[in-house]
Amino acid sequence: MALLQIAEPGLSAAPHQHRLAVGIDLGTTNSLVATVRNGISAVLNDIHGCAMLPSVVRYAAEGGVQVGQGAQAMQSDDPHNTIVSVKRFMGRGLKDVGEVGNLPYSFVDAPGMLQLRTAAGVKSPVEVSAEILKVLRERAELTLDGELVGAVITVPAYFDDAQRQATKDAAKLAGINVLRLLNEPTAAAIAYGLDNASEGVYAVYDLGGGTFDISILKLSKGVFEVLATNGDSALGGDDFDHRIYCWVLEKAGLSALSPHDTRLLLTHARAAKEQLTELPQTQITAILSGGELVDLTLTRVAFYEMTQNLVARTLQATRRALRDAKLKVEDITGTVMVGGSTRMPQVQHAVGEFFGQIPLNNLDPDKVVALGAAIQANVLAGNRSSDDWLLLDVIPLSLGIETMGGLVEKIIPRNSTIPSARAQEFTTYKDGQTAMSIHVVQGERELVSDCRSLAKFELRGIPAMVAGAARIRVTFQVDADGLLSVSAREMSSGTESHIVVKPSYGLSDEEITRMLQDSAQHAREDMQARALREQQTEASQLLEAVDNALQQDGEALLDAAAQARIRDSMDALRAVIAGNDHQAIKRAVEALNLATTEFAQKRMDQSVKHALTGHKLSELE
Amino acid sequence: MMQFDFQQDFFSLFTLPARFQIDSTALEQSYRALQAQVHPDKFAHLTEAEKRLSIQWATRVNEGYQTLRNPLNRARYLLSLHSVDTQEESNTSMPTDFLMQQMEWREALEEAVQARDADELEKLEARVQHEVRFLQQQLAVDLDDTHDFAAASGIVRKLKFLEKLAEEIGSAFDELDS
Repeated sequence: MALLQIAEPGLSAAPHQHRLAVGIDLGTTNSLVATVRNGISAVLNDIHGCAMLPSVVRYAAEGGVQVGQGAQAMQSDDPHNTIVSVKRFMGRGLKDVGEVGNLPYSFVDAPGMLQLRTAAGVKSPVEVSAEILKVLRERAELTLDGELVGAVITVPAYFDDAQRQATKDAAKLAGINVLRLLNEPTAAAIAYGLDNASEGVYAVYDLGGGTFDISILKLSKGVFEVLATNGDSALGGDDFDHRIYCWVLEKAGLSALSPHDTRLLLTHARAAKEQLTELPQTQITAILSGGELVDLTLTRVAFYEMTQNLVARTLQATRRALRDAKLKVEDITGTVMVGGSTRMPQVQHAVGEFFGQIPLNNLDPDKVVALGAAIQANVLAGNRSSDDWLLLDVIPLSLGIETMGGLVEKIIPRNSTIPSARAQEFTTYKDGQTAMSIHVVQGERELVSDCRSLAKFELRGIPAMVAGAARIRVTFQVDADGLLSVSAREMSSGTESHIVVKPSYGLSDEEITRMLQDSAQHAREDMQARALREQQTEASQLLEAVDNALQQDGEALLDAAAQARIRDSMDALRAVIAGNDHQAIKRAVEALNLATTEFAQKRMDQSVKHALTGHKLSELE
Repeated sequence: MMQFDFQQDFFSLFTLPARFQIDSTALEQSYRALQAQVHPDKFAHLTEAEKRLSIQWATRVNEGYQTLRNPLNRARYLLSLHSVDTQEESNTSMPTDFLMQQMEWREALEEAVQARDADELEKLEARVQHEVRFLQQQLAVDLDDTHDFAAASGIVRKLKFLEKLAEEIGSAFDELDS
């Protein structure tokens, strides 16, 4: 087990089966799945030998869901029902998505997150993303010939809480156990850092299909510490396509195109962009549905000019990240390029000029995120237990609550290392006030209206007192996935009111269950069989973990009676694990978790002690 | 068997002497050694109880690191260990010369923003940084040598002003960019 092997390098873990875990890069344009086999991280191909799954989902009028190349081929013919770049809608309301007018979809405004009307009914971006994830899960299970223990899913570092929560919900809906949400630039840094055994401060410049991230990381002696991150979760290759599309409309004197023609020209725009990476000029030729011929020549120079301010925006974010890290350009040891859009020569050139050095791009910018995610998934699943590295990541945007006058009081500042918690006390402003409403927001601006609203909830049952006498403690906790939970309690009276909220953009467990039930692929029996299998997998992992812990520390940390109590709970779980009552297994798992609480505490104390006195200290210098 | 107390102060947690002047390399080493043991990534495949504890510990270690790494936070924390209230909210009377200086700097900030003058902003930032370092040296004397906690609280209040100003200079740089 990881915990002790760091302190006691001589001890080897009990031999166990290799646990199947994967890294998934859920991209705006393409998605990939990778895994570590025989110590090497590799991308898994589909049956045709393709690694990249286009992130395109089609809900056909004749029924059935198409994902990937098949759906992509239909995007111009069936634009309403073929969802492209769904990642840009994750955790977003209708007003957040600027270019709505140009997109060939029928949007439905819903509280929190927009939805899309398709031939198969109204779909949330979470459901659409889940279709992509399902295909990747099936690909992995087929290739690896077994059920996955879990997956690391990557997200843009600059994704806010609502976008992260939506991604996690999509994975849940696809039947994937999320081991961790990992920031894309950090995943790339793992793949690069471990590959090149690098030391120093690196800038990871990640320009994908729809998102831009810049992360500044310090790499030393197996520690990846993110110093600062910045970006734009609505800036990517799609915007470069869109500039070409607008240029075509202007040059050809077109307006008010049909959804079919819009999609057709966007597809041509993307092809032109890709060609300009190799060629000084390219031809855009298309015949619109009304018979009009579009035939234009686009030069590299013109393309660079029309996209100049997009590149400039990425450099602004880069300067902000450097400033937050309190570093100058000269302090950067190396620059890593990630994401397909960094293939554009003007991007390579601009980044090279900004940092005064040639960026590293020896790993495939399309695959590096998935490769890094797979490496981390392998560790989190417990397959690697020695010579670990440590990842210290941050939240990208400040978290706060609304105070008087619509102002934001920041509680956790941006670039705080996660997990992180902060508590702040507030008081009542009216005599006899018994309730207080708490509005949680995320962003850097001072006005609530300029920040993203994450959740609103009411704390009730405050004992009536004079104004200013009640003490309400609001606690923010950000977990290792970068997800926030908020609790509030009244302190002065001894009576505690306590509430844990989930951001309003997230789905409730009931909604996820409903979506699962709605889904045609999940017949009721399948769901029950799956629940049972998941419960059995969890139970056997727990038994193995506890067994290892007892072998290593049982004698040293527990008396005979305490050991016997844990063994009894293990026996009780073993007695039901093979049966088909998943509730009974669940109860036995909970009982065993409870029985090991004190033991866990003692083991944790021991490892904290080891951390400061053990021999590993010298190696962490 | 030694028990690790969640209430233990941050200096003990990082095995450092409770002083304002600290060895920042030792702090970083302790921080990394602790996170290498308690970080949630090490517990993702273990029991729920261990996962919960790991989150709590890693959160506490991060909080401790933030508190000790930042000089102003470290001074506040040391004073709180000595049960000294820094009166940052209640005591707003500042020395006149300090206030004059503040007004002068704020004017300079406003002018630099209006003129969109990055060079002036950088000069101002350097002046503020210089003053911050000077006050930190004073703090070291008051906290570690003379144990004059009232004087130290006064400096904490000044540093809070300067921290705010430094933040505004940072935002001004952002503004210049966009």
